[in-house]
Amino acid sequence: MERIIFYCLAAVIIAFGIASVTSRKMLRSVIYLSFVLVSISGIFFLVDYNFLAAIQLTVYAGGIVVLIIFSVLLVHHIEMELEMAKASKKIVTAIACLIGLGVFLAAIYSYDFDVINNSLTTTTADIGIGLLSYEAGGFILPFEVISVLLLAAMIGAIVIAKGKKLTENNNQSQ
Amino acid sequence: MIPGISIYEILTITSILFFIGVYGFITRTNLISILISVELILNASVVNFVIINKYLFPEVLQGVYFSIFIIAVAAAETALAVSIIINLYRQISSVEVKDIETMKY
Amino acid sequence: MNLNLIILIPLIPLVVFLVLGLFYKKIKPAISGYVGVLGLLISTSLAFYAAYTYFMVIGKTEGVYQTIVEKTVWMKFTDSLQIDMGILVDPISVMMLIVVSVISLMVHIYSMGYMKGDPGYTKYFAFLSLFTFSMYGLVLATNLFQIYIFWELVGVSSYLLIGYYYTKESAVAAAKKAFVVTRFADLGFLIGILIIGYYTGTYDFETLNNPEGTSILNWAATSFMGLSVLSWALILIFIGGAGKSAMFPLHIWLPDAMEGPTPVSALIHAATMVVAGVYLVARLFPMYYFVEDGFALNIVAFVGAFTALFAAVIAITQTDIKRVLAFSTMSQLGYMMLALGVSGYEGHEGLGFMSSMFHLFTHAMFKALLFLCAGSVIHAIHSNFLKDMGGLRKYMPITNITFLIAALAIAGVPPLAGFWSKDEILVAAFEQSLFLYVIGLFVAGLTAFYIFRIYFGIFWGKESNYEKKPKESPGSMTAPLLILAFLSIVGGFIPFSEFISPDKAGFETHMNFPLAAIAVFAGLLGIGLSWIFYKKENQLADKFANSFGAFYTWAFHKFYFDELYLFVTKRILFNVFAKTAARFDKKYVDGTMVGIGNQTVNTSERIKGMQSGKVQDYAFAFIAGVVVLAIICIYLWMN
Repeated sequence: MERIIFYCLAAVIIAFGIASVTSRKMLRSVIYLSFVLVSISGIFFLVDYNFLAAIQLTVYAGGIVVLIIFSVLLVHHIEMELEMAKASKKIVTAIACLIGLGVFLAAIYSYDFDVINNSLTTTTADIGIGLLSYEAGGFILPFEVISVLLLAAMIGAIVIAKGKKLTENNNQSQ
Repeated sequence: MIPGISIYEILTITSILFFIGVYGFITRTNLISILISVELILNASVVNFVIINKYLFPEVLQGVYFSIFIIAVAAAETALAVSIIINLYRQISSVEVKDIETMKY
Repeated sequence: MNLNLIILIPLIPLVVFLVLGLFYKKIKPAISGYVGVLGLLISTSLAFYAAYTYFMVIGKTEGVYQTIVEKTVWMKFTDSLQIDMGILVDPISVMMLIVVSVISLMVHIYSMGYMKGDPGYTKYFAFLSLFTFSMYGLVLATNLFQIYIFWELVGVSSYLLIGYYYTKESAVAAAKKAFVVTRFADLGFLIGILIIGYYTGTYDFETLNNPEGTSILNWAATSFMGLSVLSWALILIFIGGAGKSAMFPLHIWLPDAMEGPTPVSALIHAATMVVAGVYLVARLFPMYYFVEDGFALNIVAFVGAFTALFAAVIAITQTDIKRVLAFSTMSQLGYMMLALGVSGYEGHEGLGFMSSMFHLFTHAMFKALLFLCAGSVIHAIHSNFLKDMGGLRKYMPITNITFLIAALAIAGVPPLAGFWSKDEILVAAFEQSLFLYVIGLFVAGLTAFYIFRIYFGIFWGKESNYEKKPKESPGSMTAPLLILAFLSIVGGFIPFSEFISPDKAGFETHMNFPLAAIAVFAGLLGIGLSWIFYKKENQLADKFANSFGAFYTWAFHKFYFDELYLFVTKRILFNVFAKTAARFDKKYVDGTMVGIGNQTVNTSERIKGMQSGKVQDYAFAFIAGVVVLAIICIYLWMN
């Protein structure tokens, strides 16, 4: 049963992934991306990492896609047909990607993975404890650093996107 | 672990997704499309981490934690990328890659 | 003997040169003259003191004057082969010290008057001091390489001084010619030095000249084309000496060197530099005498005799008084070489050597005097040519008397200095070869003839129109004339043979009255003929010249040797060798260099596309690189 679900999800991922990078319309590309992200969260559900799947849905499919849609709207490209790259470039890139893919697959398939069959369910409490623990194997430090990173990102985004009008207003008001 | 699915298949999927993202990054002419391709790449690596954690090391959760951080960083990076694109759009009224070749020889 | 004092003799002119050279913009011209003269006064007094100490106080040990050498190793090639720097005190080097000092001092004093008002006054004195330093170094050299170094230095000083009037094209050309010709001769010199160094294992004079040393005893060890290798080396060294002493066929630079100021001609081209070649052969005389039983010495004698004759014949025809004196110098140098060539070694047989050095000594005095008198005349009437001169005895009495004394000296009239030295040369030649004696005698007559030709031409005969009435030169110029005239008179009475001889033992000479009488007769005959031709204006000289016809024209044009050399260099060397080399250089060597540059630019044009400014291209390169690296790593990991 899970196999069928998995294969469907995989098909969706790959199909919509290709569609996303080859679409001529901007908004469609974004929507296809959101489908890919939702399918990936589906995979997470399949491996019993519910918390992570929820995060994926919230942050990625909810936050990032919306952010990209906003940017698309701001740059007035929603109705435009996008240009495509030259055919030669596409072919060369495709061939390079296929070669790379071949290398990856060769590396993967020639290695004996030590798979441990299990059915452990991970609860949110486990994740929380691990994330905030002080002992060895705890991730409290990266957790705090991530909050600083997010702060920096926020400030950076505001400053970069502020533009001239806002600064002039500030100067005039002073 | 997903019963019936071996780890190889999942890793194959993520590799394909990764290279789709790379293809999109190199081929697309619109900055926002490039951003979308970067998201695909990041997602492929997130899935990789999670799957290896689940299949090979089920009792620890490092992969999950790392995936959380990757998602957080991806969000921050996308936000910044969007703000840069908007700033650039204000300067040159275009978000095409071919208009940003000022570092050319 | 305190050898530190002898070291000071060359060092003082060197210091003067450096001071005048470095500060020449800040020194007032008059001061530089006094500085130069002062430095040289000190050196001269030291030289006299050295001579007195060497000959009188130290004197002979076991009947032989000792060679005192102080040297330090400068460059070591192998254990035995090295170049030293040092001083070698020996009868002929002490004698040369005196000659160089006295003449240089006289020229310095004279130049203070002659070059007064010239814009390059300080530079002139700096160069004179440089030359004096180089000449001292050459004379005191302890080994072949040191003498070569100072040889070249002397050549450079001569170049600088000949080209002193550097705005005159002919002076620049003459300086170049002198330097190039002597440099060309020095090639032979250098090859000779290298051969000697290789086959005898030493450059040192003391070791080479030791008659019982291995260098001389083993001369037959290696031979090349029938002659001993050492003979070849000595001939090559003689070629170097021949270039510097203006022997035929390397004589072409000396007449042109008269473009320099006259005191320079007096110092360099009469008394000191040109005798460097003679000095070199004298320095290596034991080698010349013993190696292959004096084969090289025969060549020296014949070249010397031929040059003496050749130069004297040309001197008769020239109209520029400095050129006449230049050829006269060449002729007298031929005498010195001839004397060396016919010399033996032991005791009285060393007469040739002794007389050559004696003639060097006396010739320096009267030739310098002749040049300085000529300079005095040229200074007064601003022209070098005989046709602009005449009847000057009324206006320039001191110059007249001193020139007459010098002319009598060079003609060999007793009891002036020239008679004694020239007579000894003729006696030595007579004892060796009648043929060389006859040439020597004939040249003696010619010498008297041409020197009195210009004497009468300048001071007697019809007065030419002078723009300004010529007046006698100032005291600074006439004082050296008088001193040198005095030396020309008394110089012959020095018992030279007691001091100078090849085996350094000294010997007694006796006057050979018959030969002396013949020589004096030849001189008086020459004087008499020129009295008839030149004392009063008449046409006899021209008619006599025309009777020689083409031969006279050839002699007047110096036998066309300059034209011949010019032809060879321009037509043959330049067109054939130089042009080919230049073409090769321009096309291939230059082409390669420029080609490398062009190729670099082309390559960069082609690969600059890599910097396209597109992020996607960079990303592509990145990914491709990663993939390639991954392939390599996996390949290595698999094996």
